[in-house]
Amino acid sequence: MPAGYFLQHIWLIPLFPLVTAAAMLIFGRRLANSVVSVLCVGSVAVAFVHAAGAVWQLLALAPEHRVVQMILFDWVPAGPMHTSGGQLTQFTADWGMLLDPLSSVMVLVVTGVGLLIHLYSVGYMGHEGGYYRFFGYLNLFMFAMLTLVLANNLLLLFVGWEGVGLCSYLLIGFYFLKKSASDAGKKAFIVNRIGDAGFLLGIFLIASTLGTIRFTSEGLGDAGAFPGILQSLGAAVNSGALAYGAPVLTAIALLLFVGACGKSAQIPLYVWLPDAMEGPTPVSALIHAATMVTAGVYMVARMNAIYQLSPLAMQVVAITGAATAIFAATMGLAQNDIKKVLAYSTISQLGYMFLALGVGAFSAGIFHLMTHAFFKALLFLGSGSVIHALSGEQDMRKMGGLWSRIPVTAKTFVVGAVAIAGIPPLAGFFSKDEILGKAFEHSRALWLVGFVTAGLTAFYMFRLVNMTFFGASRVEHSVEHHIHESPKTMTVPLMVLAALSIVGGWIGWPAALGGSNRFEKFLDPVMAPAWTYALHGQQRPILHVVVKDMTHTLGASLLEYAPMVLSVLVALAGIFIAYLFYLKEPDAPEKIAAAAPWLYRLVYNKYYVDEIYDGLFVNRAKDLGTFLGLFDEKIINGLGVDGTGWLTRFGSSVSILWDKWVVDGAVNLSAAVVRVFARIASFVQTGVVSNYALLIVLGMLALLGYYGNLLRHVVR
Amino acid sequence: MALLDHHLLSVILFTPLAGALLLLLVPRAMENAHRVLGNVFGVLGFVVSLPLLARFRPDVAGYQFRENADWIPSIGAHYSLGMDGISFLLVLLTTLLGMISILSSWKAIQLRKKEYYILFLLLQTGMLGVFLSLDFFLFYVFWEVMLVPMYFLIGVWGSERRLYAAIKFFLYTLAGSVVMLLGILAVYFNAAKSGAPPTFDVPTLLAAAQQFPDGLKVWLFWGFFFAFAIKVPMFPFHTWLPDAHTEAPTAGSVILAGVLLKMGTYGFVRFSLPLLPADAALRGKIIHIVVLLSLVGIVYGALVCMMQKDMKRLIAYSSVSHLGFCTLGIFALTPHGLAGSILQQINHGISTGALFLIVGVLYERRHTRLISEFGGLSTPMPNFAAIYMIVSLSSLGMPLLNGFIGEFTILRGVFEVNKTWAAWAALGVILGAAYLLWLYQRVMFGAVTKPENEKLPDLNLREYATLLPLVVLAFWIGIYPKPFFRYLEKPVQLIVEMVNPGYYKSAEVKSPIDGPLPVAGSIPRSEKVNVEEPAK
Repeated sequence: MPAGYFLQHIWLIPLFPLVTAAAMLIFGRRLANSVVSVLCVGSVAVAFVHAAGAVWQLLALAPEHRVVQMILFDWVPAGPMHTSGGQLTQFTADWGMLLDPLSSVMVLVVTGVGLLIHLYSVGYMGHEGGYYRFFGYLNLFMFAMLTLVLANNLLLLFVGWEGVGLCSYLLIGFYFLKKSASDAGKKAFIVNRIGDAGFLLGIFLIASTLGTIRFTSEGLGDAGAFPGILQSLGAAVNSGALAYGAPVLTAIALLLFVGACGKSAQIPLYVWLPDAMEGPTPVSALIHAATMVTAGVYMVARMNAIYQLSPLAMQVVAITGAATAIFAATMGLAQNDIKKVLAYSTISQLGYMFLALGVGAFSAGIFHLMTHAFFKALLFLGSGSVIHALSGEQDMRKMGGLWSRIPVTAKTFVVGAVAIAGIPPLAGFFSKDEILGKAFEHSRALWLVGFVTAGLTAFYMFRLVNMTFFGASRVEHSVEHHIHESPKTMTVPLMVLAALSIVGGWIGWPAALGGSNRFEKFLDPVMAPAWTYALHGQQRPILHVVVKDMTHTLGASLLEYAPMVLSVLVALAGIFIAYLFYLKEPDAPEKIAAAAPWLYRLVYNKYYVDEIYDGLFVNRAKDLGTFLGLFDEKIINGLGVDGTGWLTRFGSSVSILWDKWVVDGAVNLSAAVVRVFARIASFVQTGVVSNYALLIVLGMLALLGYYGNLLRHVVR
Repeated sequence: MALLDHHLLSVILFTPLAGALLLLLVPRAMENAHRVLGNVFGVLGFVVSLPLLARFRPDVAGYQFRENADWIPSIGAHYSLGMDGISFLLVLLTTLLGMISILSSWKAIQLRKKEYYILFLLLQTGMLGVFLSLDFFLFYVFWEVMLVPMYFLIGVWGSERRLYAAIKFFLYTLAGSVVMLLGILAVYFNAAKSGAPPTFDVPTLLAAAQQFPDGLKVWLFWGFFFAFAIKVPMFPFHTWLPDAHTEAPTAGSVILAGVLLKMGTYGFVRFSLPLLPADAALRGKIIHIVVLLSLVGIVYGALVCMMQKDMKRLIAYSSVSHLGFCTLGIFALTPHGLAGSILQQINHGISTGALFLIVGVLYERRHTRLISEFGGLSTPMPNFAAIYMIVSLSSLGMPLLNGFIGEFTILRGVFEVNKTWAAWAALGVILGAAYLLWLYQRVMFGAVTKPENEKLPDLNLREYATLLPLVVLAFWIGIYPKPFFRYLEKPVQLIVEMVNPGYYKSAEVKSPIDGPLPVAGSIPRSEKVNVEEPAK
């Protein structure tokens, strides 16, 4: 166990927000708003302090020892299982925490940005009903997200994964009186569930292939109590049991990636994220921009050892990322809702991150995750401040000229826009440049897509900035006189995030520009585990290593600078065109839209993807449900069960008839025959003595006649 | 405490019956007394099962607390009781749900209270007897005994179409149990052929059945299967369930879903698995059919849920889907599949039991179960909304709640056998989220549309008392399922060793893929890790 209070207490980090979340949800209704604020913001602040302290103490350790793991208790000890190799092993998922450089970055981003957004929410949600409920959910989200990034195994990660999804569902549907809000929440949950099913199957495949779902056995007091994924994989690769590019590894990687696509809103599962903007704006900033949606990126980076062994999966990740990046960027071009633009921008930037992962630049992906968290949180919170100032207006066509009216919001927002556009020396430049640089070395086509996206990004961001803050005011009169700058609790987080959007990228200052990219060095132990260097006599599977070697040998060559310069130029071009279109000649966009109306409609309607999904899947599933419901009612129950009942009743009617007419009939017939004869016979039985006497006389006469005749014959 | 030492199971079994007999003596006019006494015996039934927690030893294989007395010596029928980890969990579930359901009837039942509580207590004894009997004859008696009170519960205290539902339930189950009786007799007579004295003792007969020819075993398997599949119910024998659930009073639905259906899955585990034929091809064929029906049930049940207009019907179909997971897990024949399945049976009792209680809460207030009659209830009933949300999440398999642990373990166990099966079942997980959240949305979210819903009172103390224990259990199993797995470990091992011989053989091999670690120096290896080269 490592020394240091914070390192020994990393398990407390998720616990603080959990405690306040539980308190809010159980008796929060009885608390004053001020108490709620102090408790909920306070718990995140304490979590942040613990996270920062732990990372600080981790940094004090030598790079190769920067793994701290602790197991709190056995969570799912499901018992013995067979691996695909046919061997017996015990399946255990423990409740354990892992702090290494990768989770350090995540835990700082989550608690740091999370704290700022909590603070902002105090101002933003101050007038809303359900204040305690909002903070309860937000704290619950922090718990789930921190569990996700600190989990030491895949199943516990999945707990956080589902937990953040649940909080997202609850917070999107926070305004549950609105149908659109609860619809959006449900959509987010179900689309995520599709991804989760893939993720779950991926976990199963890892468990049966490698026999463990724990990430690593390092960093435990009793290291190697059983091996982690990293160790088992290393052993398997080394012994030749699993080769580079083995199909099972590709299958694992792709199944996990399905989960990542759901959570991180990639093609084809991105459709829930734009709708998620129904939630309150701080939620959009925290969950749907800065933290939760990056969980997929984190997970793929966490499992990088498997991805690095599967070139096919890497290619799928890279292509999906690039395609999503450009696809979402084009959709962002035509949106008029300020939050929707930011939503598509988020999808697009997440695409960048996956592009980075796919070309083997894992550190660059995480780097962009971090800087994106800064500037996208800033942009969302800024847009919230704008919406706040305009009494809830989100349509950019009803904005404009706000620059001097809400100066702090406007200035910090422009900082965020410049940062995301990738203009040096702001944060976005460094991370985006690193991705594009690595993509360039990997594949010119992927780079080109990223390059065009960079231009589009700059364009739609400055379209947004120009429509919102500059030009003539198009604000409605009823709203006009209400415009006010937001309170301090909202503007201070904006300023802090603006500062981070400026300096946040400097930690990864590339070697080509005279820096030393500390960020990448810090993450190196996770992204290029020691065993991957030890592979001798085999194809080196580590794309990442190959790329790095290249940059190191080539140094600051043209190859390094060309993409950098080009991407800055294309960003500037995007900004300039946005200036031309939306400030200089405001008619231009309409002219272009009029020139190709079908294209405009296509983009404006987001390529009709929602409609296509509804038509292909959602409605078909409902139809199938309706059909099967009727089938159940009419065929299985109607024909099968009630039919059997009817047949039984029919059979019983038939047998009643048979009984009545045939069985009883025969009996009755014999009775009737007897009765007929009896009736005939009864004619003579009158009970009158004189009749009997007559009959006796007649009988005797008849007898006499008969025997008389007989006698006559005899005599004769 | 000799009674508790030697006859604990009998005490548990007959406490409800004693209550029923006592109630018989209470004059009809004392209306409240029936209700109070009914509840007293509901609680008492649960309390007498609590010593099990201390006394049952999960580390012991085989049956515990055995009781054995001659009953009908001439045919070898015994009064024989016993309990292993599986019946341990099911018995505790039964006594807990029994107590809760009786409490939930407090206000709902106004008609013929005396008969109601007598029948309910009788039902408890019947169900407990099924889980505790170790004698086929006794088992069959209890299996049939529990049918009668349930018939009356639905038929007398149910809603509009109660007679149709009650008769359907009775006849359907009876059809199954008659076939099972034939099966029991076949096992009995065939076992006696070897010259052993005739007996109905379950362990003896099942051990003898291992020696039966495969042809006979197949017939026996399908005979028992028919009875249990109706009870579970498995597709396509499920259509009695929606009717029975919809028409039954709340408490009846809770017990029906929570316990009665488990008698089918319990039967599969206890009696059907040992009757599987030895021949691998034959066995594979049978398993494929059962698994196919389970998978169809999972997906079909979930899809049919989507179009239901009645809350209870929807939850009934969700049971078809959830029980599909349970049967799937059983017939995976792996430790994870079995343990997960039994745990999921408990989970289903908790979650679906709670869902029926929730419908009951609404029914008591509005006397309707139609989804379209509700909407926006979160506003008048915030606490109800919170508990209903937790219960829904537990049912749809949210991690840190019980359903997830069961589903995950089942799916993992199934994945081990066949990846495609697991993938289809995972589809059910997705659909589960869809229909439950949609239901929740339609009932709870939005603005209140119906004026009569505007002032609905939130949960009262009694309703909390029925729902909170289930919520606590849901969290417990979700966060710390280890104790539950511990109870299942031994019985599951016994079953798997019987149906899947050799599964536990390769125990000395620990690491799945062996081979020296490249950086062996930096990672200390435990001695459990085998460092031999893989067989490949």
